[in-house]
Amino acid sequence: MAEELIPIYIMGKKYEVPPSLTIMRAMEWAGYKLIRGAGCRSGFCGACATVYRIKGDYRLRIGLACQTVVEPEMYLAQIPFFPAEKAIYDIEELKPTPEQLFQIYPEILRCLSCGTCTKACPQEIDVMDYMADAMKGDIASVASKSFDCIMCGLCAARCPAEEAQANVALLCRRLYGKYLAPKSQHLWERIEEIGAGKFDEEVAKLKSMGEEELRQRYKERDIEPA
Amino acid sequence: MSYTSEMWKSIRKVEATRQRRLQETHPRMPPRGQEEILKRFHPDYVEGGMRELLVGPNRGDRTPNELADLLEGRSHIDAAAFDLERVDYECDILVIGGGGAGASAALLAQENGAQVILTTKLRFGDANTMMAQGGIQAADKPNDSPVIHYLDVMGGGHFTNVPELVEALVMDAPSVIQWLEDLGCIFDKEPEGTMKTIHGGGTSRKRMHFARDYSGAEIMRTLRDEVRNRQISVLEFAPVVELVMDDKGQVAGAILLNLETGDYSLVKAKTVIMATGGGGRLHYQGFPTTNHYGATADGLVLAYRVGAKLAFMDTMQYHPTGAACPEQILGQLVTEKVRGLGAQLVNVEGEQFVYPLETRDVEASAIIRECVERKKGVVTSTEQQGVWLDSPMIDILKGPGTIQTNLPAMVRQFGRFDIDMTKEPILIYPTLHYQNGGIAIKPDGSTDIPNLYVAGEVAGGVHGRNRLMGNSLLEITVYGRRAGKAAAQRAKEVELGELTLEHLQDWEQQLQEADLEPQIASPLLLPDYTRHTRPVSKVM
Ligand SMILES: Cc1cc2nc3c(=O)[nH]c(=O)nc-3n(C[C@H](O)[C@H](O)[C@H](O)COP(=O)(O)OP(=O)(O)OC[C@H]3O[C@@H](n4cnc5c(N)ncnc54)[C@H](O)[C@@H]3O)c2cc1C
Ligand code: SF4
Ligand code: SF4
Ligand code: FES
Repeated sequence: MAEELIPIYIMGKKYEVPPSLTIMRAMEWAGYKLIRGAGCRSGFCGACATVYRIKGDYRLRIGLACQTVVEPEMYLAQIPFFPAEKAIYDIEELKPTPEQLFQIYPEILRCLSCGTCTKACPQEIDVMDYMADAMKGDIASVASKSFDCIMCGLCAARCPAEEAQANVALLCRRLYGKYLAPKSQHLWERIEEIGAGKFDEEVAKLKSMGEEELRQRYKERDIEPA
Repeated sequence: MSYTSEMWKSIRKVEATRQRRLQETHPRMPPRGQEEILKRFHPDYVEGGMRELLVGPNRGDRTPNELADLLEGRSHIDAAAFDLERVDYECDILVIGGGGAGASAALLAQENGAQVILTTKLRFGDANTMMAQGGIQAADKPNDSPVIHYLDVMGGGHFTNVPELVEALVMDAPSVIQWLEDLGCIFDKEPEGTMKTIHGGGTSRKRMHFARDYSGAEIMRTLRDEVRNRQISVLEFAPVVELVMDDKGQVAGAILLNLETGDYSLVKAKTVIMATGGGGRLHYQGFPTTNHYGATADGLVLAYRVGAKLAFMDTMQYHPTGAACPEQILGQLVTEKVRGLGAQLVNVEGEQFVYPLETRDVEASAIIRECVERKKGVVTSTEQQGVWLDSPMIDILKGPGTIQTNLPAMVRQFGRFDIDMTKEPILIYPTLHYQNGGIAIKPDGSTDIPNLYVAGEVAGGVHGRNRLMGNSLLEITVYGRRAGKAAAQRAKEVELGELTLEHLQDWEQQLQEADLEPQIASPLLLPDYTRHTRPVSKVM
């Protein structure tokens, strides 16, 4: 069953492609060997941010080329690189405070709450909302709300206030993970036990054990219920 | 609409049996049954899928045809004509690969006093690490211990793993989690601080730590940010196409290709850390893959040419649950966590046919058997076969909202194609996922080749013939750190001799002696998915 082909425009040039393909596959089908603009091919890396428009509609749309299926009369342009500001800092020296956040990214306070970023996000993150929390200095909330960010840069590309939302979010997540997340007592204890050599002897025994005996031990090990 | 009416009929059966299945646990397969199903249905055993290597350190060993052709490929470089006098970059340590292993290695190398350059093929972080969803293992709970972890790793690898490498893996694990947290990685925790942990295939304790279902992304973006903060030089779109040696037989640098201009450049380095990851994009036996675009086994080819020995190259991991529908995401990963949270695998009749958390090789083989031999698979509109992963069970078992909270990436991925996995099961089939073997390493990441260190998926021996989920994110951090540290120490004492590409001329000779006239230049660098209707012009 041959598929009808549909017209799409890659950087202004017309190509006919099968309608079931993703934008990424359609570009390859049209003959492009991708170098920039393809990474994970699974919606995790943000390499394939794409801006497009459908003929006759003035609105700009966004999507990940590896996750979006082509539509007839699509005009496509890829944003494989967006020069967003990334501050350099020493995480060891920072404090998880609002002041610290504003000091590193003072432009946070310039956000106009226009919502363009939220509309641009292919991960359906409410970017404006986490930026509002950033303005309030609520690091934990930014960390949580921005968690699914794949740093594609589409929000930054569309922001009238030139924010680097993804980098602000990354800083908040690192501050949260390092300073604000509750500490794990059991992790510390285990590290100390290992340091004190508590398991050395038993591991050494397993290491020198013959395969038959090891198999037996393996078979007999008890399994924590699901 | 992604599901056909035939598929919907089958879904009704899945729904009809669901209530009953909630009470049922499918028995685990006995060891004898496991061995048999592997031999009969695992792709590693498919007749004609592999061949023996004719040249190099692994002569006589079997490996997939596609990989063998590249290992026995010719160089991109004309050794006689390449100018080794002009050095473009000089450093103590060249890290090859911008994934989790490379980033960890670069950080530790710098901490230990080395001047580091990290070069990578695509963007920094375009790597398998970014895509890992499920989590990372570490035996840090009171009911668990590195001893039990050791046993699980060995059993998972069918007792073929190198014991010293497993020891390092399990003993370093808790401190690696601590290191990641110290850098600001977020792990899911209970409010009072206890790590949330779950089972993975082949684990006897719940020791899988996770960051929602963006575990690898969380680790990768944190490590990458730290590398940038420490202002380590990073070269992007600059894959290594050949290692350079010196006249004392040591690795001494590499040749990089600028993917955009086609120019080569020469890096002179006292030590080199290979961290190029896996090779899913070689699509062994035509399987789809979960791997990123640059996973073309380059590191194996580069190291093989300087005489490094490879281990366990006749075993690849096929992840049991790759997306089988819709066609647009064919082969993409459906994380094992879906099963870890309680979803069962069921056939076209809505019946279970395998315990959901067998080791991956066994699980994948059982799915293939269900489709190929028992003909109880579900067929899609594009003739792809698969079985159901009954995801809606999770919310029934663990409470409404569990799927959305724990598997946001999965829900989003299927949602983009109008499949609501909280309400409907999803169709899956095995997909090429992981390179179990690789360059043989020692516990400090060193190899038999002086100055060549290796870390991550490109290394071999840690997992033996089969890796368990969550031990790879662990491996890349444990061994990235170890290799970084050891290479930095080594760099302090290295005296490099004259640079040479004689090993490439030797290689040519070996190929000739074996009567091989390779058509392919390797490493491959990127797979070619383009379609051309006529021969392509050479002008470009
Ligand atoms: C979809 C998916 C899900 C996974 N889930 C889990 C999980 O839940 N738990 C777990 O433990 N493991 C998981 N894994 C496995 C794990 O993520 C990988 O094995 C691991 O991240 C590999 O890390 P790495 O640094 O060795 O390689 P990668 O992260 O792949 O990095 C290799 C880097 O080297 C670069 N490179 C390649 N060739 C060259 C060259 N010639 N020159 C320069 N650079 C080059 C690549 O572009 C890439 O940047 C998963 C893997 C995939 C694909
Ligand atoms: S687009 Fe920019 S200015 Fe507008 S809400 Fe988002 S961050 Fe603020
Ligand atoms: S928040 Fe911005 S950078 Fe992150 S995924 Fe959304 S659009 Fe992309
Ligand atoms: S290629 Fe990674 S998100 Fe599309």
